[in-house]
Amino acid sequence: MSRTQEKTSAAPVKDFDIELQLLIDAIYLKYHYDFRGYAGASLKRRLTTAMSRFGCHTLSQLQDKVLHDPKTFPALMDFLTVQVSEMFRDPAYFRSLREKVVPLLRTYPSLKIWVAGCSTGEEVYSLAILLREEGLLERTLIYATDINVHALQKAEAGVYELDRIAGFTDNHRMSGAPASLSDYYTAAYGRAVFDKTLKKHIVFSDHSLATDSVFAEVHLVSCRNVLIYFDRELQDRALGLFHEALCRKGFLGIGTKESLRFSAQADAFDELVQHGRIFQKRDG
Amino acid sequence: MVRLPGTSPVSSAASAIDAIVIGTSAGGVEALSVLLPALPATLRAAVFIVMHLPRERPSLLAEIFRAKCACPVSEAQDKEPVLPGSVYFAPPDYHLLIDKGPHLALSTDELVNYSRPAIDVLFESAADIYRERLLGIILTGANQDGAAGLKAVHRLGGTALVQRPDSAQASLMPQSAIAQCPTAHVLSLEQMADLLRTLEDGNALDLSHATN
Ligand SMILES: C[S@@+](CC[C@H](N)C(=O)[O-])C[C@H]1O[C@@H](n2cnc3c(N)ncnc32)[C@H](O)[C@@H]1O
Repeated sequence: MSRTQEKTSAAPVKDFDIELQLLIDAIYLKYHYDFRGYAGASLKRRLTTAMSRFGCHTLSQLQDKVLHDPKTFPALMDFLTVQVSEMFRDPAYFRSLREKVVPLLRTYPSLKIWVAGCSTGEEVYSLAILLREEGLLERTLIYATDINVHALQKAEAGVYELDRIAGFTDNHRMSGAPASLSDYYTAAYGRAVFDKTLKKHIVFSDHSLATDSVFAEVHLVSCRNVLIYFDRELQDRALGLFHEALCRKGFLGIGTKESLRFSAQADAFDELVQHGRIFQKRDG
Repeated sequence: MVRLPGTSPVSSAASAIDAIVIGTSAGGVEALSVLLPALPATLRAAVFIVMHLPRERPSLLAEIFRAKCACPVSEAQDKEPVLPGSVYFAPPDYHLLIDKGPHLALSTDELVNYSRPAIDVLFESAADIYRERLLGIILTGANQDGAAGLKAVHRLGGTALVQRPDSAQASLMPQSAIAQCPTAHVLSLEQMADLLRTLEDGNALDLSHATN
């Protein structure tokens, strides 16, 4: 890690900033992925790692590859986006959903839910399992969206390494689950394959919070650990989409360390669960 | 210290500081208990701290130090604007970075040096923003995180301080930092505390009396 860092910083960092902007513009013009509104510091760090991984000494060299070698951009997506996820990550969040949101969701005859930035699917399956446990999955459709196509494919497969299951099982239990996680997967060849009947209620699709618009009206948006990668302007755009997509008094769940406090959209939502990071669309 | 030709010894030894970054792991609570209470209430610099912690539990650091400090102390929140004279702790399981604004940024990127938060991540991003107006401090710890970060602080013109390894509860972290950043000033905790006390009313940092 430190070695890659050194390589960039040997060049004056100002050049790095110029090249960063040029690279991001090149990606936008050629591939229509818009990283212009991403939080700078962590993006720089990941691109520095990518440079050394692709054998480049400068971002300009990387830009050359991105434009002229068709294999580079798809591989670079795994550096531009962060694919870290867990099932029932932050069990307190899922417990709050169970206790505070589910009773209200029950009052609707049919439900639509949007998991924005679903990565490799862990959060989506967690929600589907929770809804099945609460008897709501049969009337629910979950839209699971992300910009990383590779991650979406994994999400759709719903297969996870068995060595991750112990952690998932602990989280699931701490989320207030009535049963064991093992009811929802079968183990084979070192992998856990999640119940196909969960998938019947999930639609996976490629959608960008930076460039796309609202596609459905939903009762709950769960967008966790995605907004931290956006700058304030892009965060406001995403929150605007959620606001538009949510039905009257719809719910919004965000990551444990994310907040609406520093956003222009802060007044559009009321905090439903303190510290639980669950909000409700404000009336009017 | 390296002196630029044509500058007087006094001005080259005194630097205006906008931010202080501190990294530590094993023994960190005790070391911070010496340093943080020394921060004057009229401090102008913002202070960012990464202390390695268990990743799965909430941290009590902000509560512990709030009571001991003249400055406001809190756990960093994503996109929070940086306030002068405030102390921010990285939350467990998130990297803390400084972004343009300046404001605080959190990330769940991969572990760095087996750690999240990682000291290198904080120091390198802060160095990029604050340049020569940054003071980087490496304290006691039992791994090598922070060494590359301190080097980046120095390379971009900031000031580097390291706790004397023989006075540290765990010496590997300060030793590694000195190995990668040999120009760092090596001080005891008490000397560092004295230095921090002089930062009152936005005073510049004057290292002319600090011994190496
Ligand atoms: C750290 S993961 C979060 C995964 C999951 N929500 C969780 O909390 O465990 C962040 C995800 O956001 C996705 N992402 C980044 N930019 C996006 C955008 N503009 N629109 C939609 N998703 C995006 C990334 O591809 C990645 O899968």
